[in-house]
Amino acid sequence: MFDNLSLLGLAPVFNIQLLLDGLFIGAIFALAAYGLALVWGVMNVKNLAQGDFVIMGGYIAYSLAELGIHPIFGLPVAVVVMFAFGWAVYVLVIRRVIDRDLFTSLLATFGIAIVVQQTLNLIYGPEVKIAESGFAIRSALDNQLTVADIKLVSFAMAAALAIAVVIFMKRSRMGQAIRATAQDPRAAKIMGIDTDRVYAFTFSLNAAICGAAGVLIAMIWVIQPFYGITHSIRSFVIVTAAGFGNLPGVIIAGLGLGVAEQYSGFVMGAEFQQATVVGLLVAVLVWRQIQQSRIRQVVQ
Amino acid sequence: MTAQQRQFLLYGLILLGGIAAPFVFPNYTFQIAVLWVMILFALTWDIMGGQMGYNSLGNIFFFGAGMYACAVIQIGLYYNVGEYTSAYGAVRVDFTPGQYYLGLVLGILASAVISAVFAVIFGWIVFGLRGPYFAIGTLGVAIAAGELVGAWDWLGGGSGISMPTYPGEPDARANLFYFLCFGSAVATFLFLRILYATRFKLAINAIRDDEAKAEAMGVHTLRYKIIAWSIAAFFLGISGAIYGNMSGFIEPLEVAFPTVTFGIFMVLMALLGGKGTLWGPVLGATLFHVIKEVTWTHLLGWQWVALGLLIIINVVYFQQGLLGWAQEKWPEAFGIRVDEDSSTANREQRSAAE
Amino acid sequence: MTDMIEVAGVSKAFGGVQANRDVSLRVPPGKITGLIGPNGSGKTTLFNSIVGYHPIDEGSIRFEGREISRLRVPQIARLGLLRTFQQTRIYSKMDCVQNMLISVPHREAGWRTMFTPFQPELVDKAEQLLEFVGLYAKRRLISGDLSFGQQKLLEFAMALMNEPKVLLLDEPTAGINPTLINGLIDRLKRANEEFGITLFVIEHNMRVIMNLAENIYCLAHGELLAEGPPGEIQNDQRVIDAYLGAH
Repeated sequence: MFDNLSLLGLAPVFNIQLLLDGLFIGAIFALAAYGLALVWGVMNVKNLAQGDFVIMGGYIAYSLAELGIHPIFGLPVAVVVMFAFGWAVYVLVIRRVIDRDLFTSLLATFGIAIVVQQTLNLIYGPEVKIAESGFAIRSALDNQLTVADIKLVSFAMAAALAIAVVIFMKRSRMGQAIRATAQDPRAAKIMGIDTDRVYAFTFSLNAAICGAAGVLIAMIWVIQPFYGITHSIRSFVIVTAAGFGNLPGVIIAGLGLGVAEQYSGFVMGAEFQQATVVGLLVAVLVWRQIQQSRIRQVVQ
Repeated sequence: MTAQQRQFLLYGLILLGGIAAPFVFPNYTFQIAVLWVMILFALTWDIMGGQMGYNSLGNIFFFGAGMYACAVIQIGLYYNVGEYTSAYGAVRVDFTPGQYYLGLVLGILASAVISAVFAVIFGWIVFGLRGPYFAIGTLGVAIAAGELVGAWDWLGGGSGISMPTYPGEPDARANLFYFLCFGSAVATFLFLRILYATRFKLAINAIRDDEAKAEAMGVHTLRYKIIAWSIAAFFLGISGAIYGNMSGFIEPLEVAFPTVTFGIFMVLMALLGGKGTLWGPVLGATLFHVIKEVTWTHLLGWQWVALGLLIIINVVYFQQGLLGWAQEKWPEAFGIRVDEDSSTANREQRSAAE
Repeated sequence: MTDMIEVAGVSKAFGGVQANRDVSLRVPPGKITGLIGPNGSGKTTLFNSIVGYHPIDEGSIRFEGREISRLRVPQIARLGLLRTFQQTRIYSKMDCVQNMLISVPHREAGWRTMFTPFQPELVDKAEQLLEFVGLYAKRRLISGDLSFGQQKLLEFAMALMNEPKVLLLDEPTAGINPTLINGLIDRLKRANEEFGITLFVIEHNMRVIMNLAENIYCLAHGELLAEGPPGEIQNDQRVIDAYLGAH
């Protein structure tokens, strides 16, 4: 089971390779998790369809590549399409569950996840797909270390997107309204903020961020209709570990999760990758619980 | 006819129907057996989800755990489990009837106990989690279990295990497992019916409505929560053991730990019928299973999309379920009313007059 | 005779906010003791510390001579020290009788009692207590559908059902229709006299607390400011200053 463990010690270059790959993929995890943190923090909706939004974005890039358009143009397309999709989902479903108990929103978004993944499965089939970028692959240290150009591009794009979202949240009117609503929806409403629109926008923005993350995933990794659930769990692990409203925490947890997955995949074999994510989820939840029980609950 | 007589009649009819079903519709024995499994699923999910307010998305774990525990015991009593599974069913091992039945009985009993023990262990870990964390945490446990069993070669890994072959005619086999499914569902229902008349039910209802208040009133909340989960796990373990033998072949992802099919069906069925009631899950499971069996093949691949839509519609527009809706419509029929006799003194006078 | 509750030198801080500083007080058995103080003076924090919602930083809390500051909420409740909440808390989807029945004392709840039905005597007792608070006619209604004042009465009846030795009441009259307040005061006094329950009451309404309590403690800025019988407290210049904010 741990056959490759000794390899890491014998050939230190593997560590660099794993670390780099982990950071490249982790940046995208962090992006999707930031979207979840937004929806969670502002609307208190735990979106279990998060990963399926990501996969949807991936298939948009894949479809463009099939049509002969470079998948990198999928980024703006996915942002627009997913924003619209997010708005529709909000109006049809989320708006009606936002005031209800938390399990309702969890189950409703789980239903959305099933609809999305099964529809994708009917359209594209269950095979694993890649959106080929056709970019070169660099290598260093006698070909022991390889880095595809597309990974560098995607890392830069993820960073740029994250910065754009942060600036938007800080500077724009809508961003301020979102932050105000997150702090106190009732007060925001009294002060004349249309909270329903804020919620709609937040949910759509999250879908758009997921779509962008999906385009990047499709280019540097693989997509498949049923991979969504793992991406959702990844986002939950990151947000639960970092806490929402903690952007540096989300980035660090995202990168850390990427690296941890690369290592566990290398050491224990690829079939344990999902188990690693789920195991981390359970570990994070238990850790949270221990922390909480130490504080105990204060009830008014 | 008094209410009690009506109830006896209803139970009698259901029992009679259940016993007669495989002889009246011999071609559908398997489907009807699965209906009883579904009813058991919905009933056990509702102990936690409906009565106690802890919505688990991972109860299917106990079903799979029971299934594998039973398989290991049935085989392990007479053979080396690792050798048996590594043959992937290519080596046909013949069990004598005596060996088969002893293994089956011991396997079912042990799987119930093992599942319940798992519930106690996981209970200590996850019961500090509330609300969505609990739902996601349990979902994580179920998915992880499927993955781990899939990577565990001793248990046959992803290729699964061929269960010991039944020493007899196919018809007799079908009937045996039908009646095991039927019996386990009826036992679950009767057990819960008795359980829900005790202090236990009010305690878990109190936990559902306001757990902090229940703690402040001195209720042993953790103890109740773990027992509730163990009861669900106990019956799910039995059900998994029976189902594994009925299908004859088990593997981790589709049969033992099917999180997105059976795992979600149990939630949906309980919600459809009305969670937090005794009959709601039974009603929901029956309705869901019958509709599913009738329409499934006609939906031409879109059935899973339809399932997702059904979840959304059920949760968003009809969360109270059939019985919950009926209770809102006719509260008096459920005993929710203002009493004209406005004091205990009046009541005593009245009983004295009688 | 040992005091029911003896708080000695209790301090509690949340981050930088000192909610209680070196508070000492005693609640004698069989009496009604009051706790007053302006908003934010740490009354509820003290209640929470006594019933075990959070660990205290310093000091000791004794219940019938036994140290309880390390125990947790359910354990303390089972000893017979119970509290009601400022925001009324009942089991809102159950009917009133069910709310009452599950409030029975859990002191000697063994494994067997968990799985036995409620004895008819308990149902009778629940109904009598509901009549005591005037909710008998509504006993089969879902408690969440009751008015706020009725929920408050139900919560009080549930506390009585639990047969506590001491009952901590956090603003029992807050949000109650003024015309009903006299009835409530009367019931509190009867609970004290007839059922022998020691009461420790936080109250904002001066008229109520002066009527009710035999001895009153006043907190301000987390510290104990004054102590004495109602007449004395009412005329204590420091208490008046604290309420008028003259500091």
